[in-house]
Amino acid sequence: MREVAIVAAGMTPFGELWDMSLRRLFAEAALEVVKKAGVDHLDSIYVGNMSGGCFVGQEHLGPLMADQIGMAGVPSTRVESACASGGIALRTAFFEVASGASDLVLASGVEKMNDGADATNVLATAADQELEVYHGITFPGLYAMIARAHMAAHGTTEEDMSWVSVKNHRHGALNPKAQFPLEFTLEQVMNSTPVAEPLRLLHCSPVSDGAAAVLLCPLDQAKKYTDQPIKILGTGQATSAMALADRKDPTFLDSVQLSAERAYTMAGVRPGDIDVAEVHDCFAIAEICCIEALGLIEKGQAAGAAAAGLTALGGRIPVNTSGGLKSKGHPVGATGIAQAIEIFEQLRGEAGKRQVQGARLGLAQNMGGSGASSVVHILERT
Amino acid sequence: MPSPRYWREVPSRLRLEAARCSSCGKVNYPPRPICPGCRGEKSEPTTLSKTAKIITSTVIHIAPDDFLFEAPYAIAIVETPEGARFMSQVVDCDPSSIGPGTDVSLEFRLIRKEARSGILCYGFKAVPTASWEG
Repeated sequence: MREVAIVAAGMTPFGELWDMSLRRLFAEAALEVVKKAGVDHLDSIYVGNMSGGCFVGQEHLGPLMADQIGMAGVPSTRVESACASGGIALRTAFFEVASGASDLVLASGVEKMNDGADATNVLATAADQELEVYHGITFPGLYAMIARAHMAAHGTTEEDMSWVSVKNHRHGALNPKAQFPLEFTLEQVMNSTPVAEPLRLLHCSPVSDGAAAVLLCPLDQAKKYTDQPIKILGTGQATSAMALADRKDPTFLDSVQLSAERAYTMAGVRPGDIDVAEVHDCFAIAEICCIEALGLIEKGQAAGAAAAGLTALGGRIPVNTSGGLKSKGHPVGATGIAQAIEIFEQLRGEAGKRQVQGARLGLAQNMGGSGASSVVHILERT
Repeated sequence: MPSPRYWREVPSRLRLEAARCSSCGKVNYPPRPICPGCRGEKSEPTTLSKTAKIITSTVIHIAPDDFLFEAPYAIAIVETPEGARFMSQVVDCDPSSIGPGTDVSLEFRLIRKEARSGILCYGFKAVPTASWEG
């Protein structure tokens, strides 16, 4: 396989973007990439999107989006894997370049969640309709079940989870693209409205509109498009049982561990080598489960990591410097690409006030459903 | 919900019909063509007991449209003595009084009403037989 680099990134702000349609969001992010890289063509496009069909009644996003940026004729494919759609679009684009089939591939993600659809119902399509949703479960409800099991088995507390939100909002307050760039106190998080016990509103990522895109090319051609290409050193993907009830241990996200092992092996690095990480904190408990499954924090220490400052900017392994899904926003199909963009900027030294000094290796982990899909990318400064 | 979709699930959802894998003994609920534990293709039909224990649970405050008027309600993953685990609402109790370890009985109940087709959808709900200590 050829070595592959990311050479340019583009992203809309995340938020309730009432003046932006699904197609307009995509076009803004994609055209930013095309202009930054100075390319006059693309060989292929991947569009990560969870549910254009349910959110705005629009499927067949491949050709729609290619056409919107004046690239009709180019192969363009929509990739769906619930909230991991963006990360898996990136992985798919990686393989197309690595295989030698294409040189210039756009990996993108887009979601328009604030156009009138009932987001709770649409997001629940990522759970098992017959065995879970039928009985009235919601997505926060599934993660609440993971949280309550985690509390019973490992002594994790509501305060532990609340520190994750406090920490990610502190980071997000430094991110001009974040949907909620503001800080919250521990008390505010712990007194926010209950959504699904023990999860409260400020333990949950918001409903967001947004798009993100990156351009991939072979590493040996990357200098044509940028002085500072970032190499994709490893990629790993895994699945788990779809229904939470069908997993041996509801507190353990086995797909996250498996996808990480595959990415670490491919990259030839260990968890301790990672300088900065973006992980899928759709709910506060998810960050706790993910940093442990990724090996970024020792077993048993993940719950208290945010409170202890281990995962904050300036800590041992800064996690979600972008503000994470919690503060930056979570337009589901775009999230995986936006995570990769945060790592891309960190490794290029472009993260401004969020910069992790001297970051050389970064990791992005994107998850779908209650953990039935996970995809991990490891990026390296060249 | 189109009626064939509801009708297909009747054996497992309304009669608790499951399958015990002939190779590894795992009880799969609902039955599948292949055992997810060992990929065995042979199984014996079995019916689940109507008792179970809560593995984990939550109380839904922000509910989907179809359950809007029931919130807040408790919902749990329960495990029967056969080892089958599945999702079930927990009713006839204070929702905050149940949690991991609570013993429940499974009772035949109305689960949801489908607004468009008018189908009444049934299944099992859990009723606590002892309160939660957690």
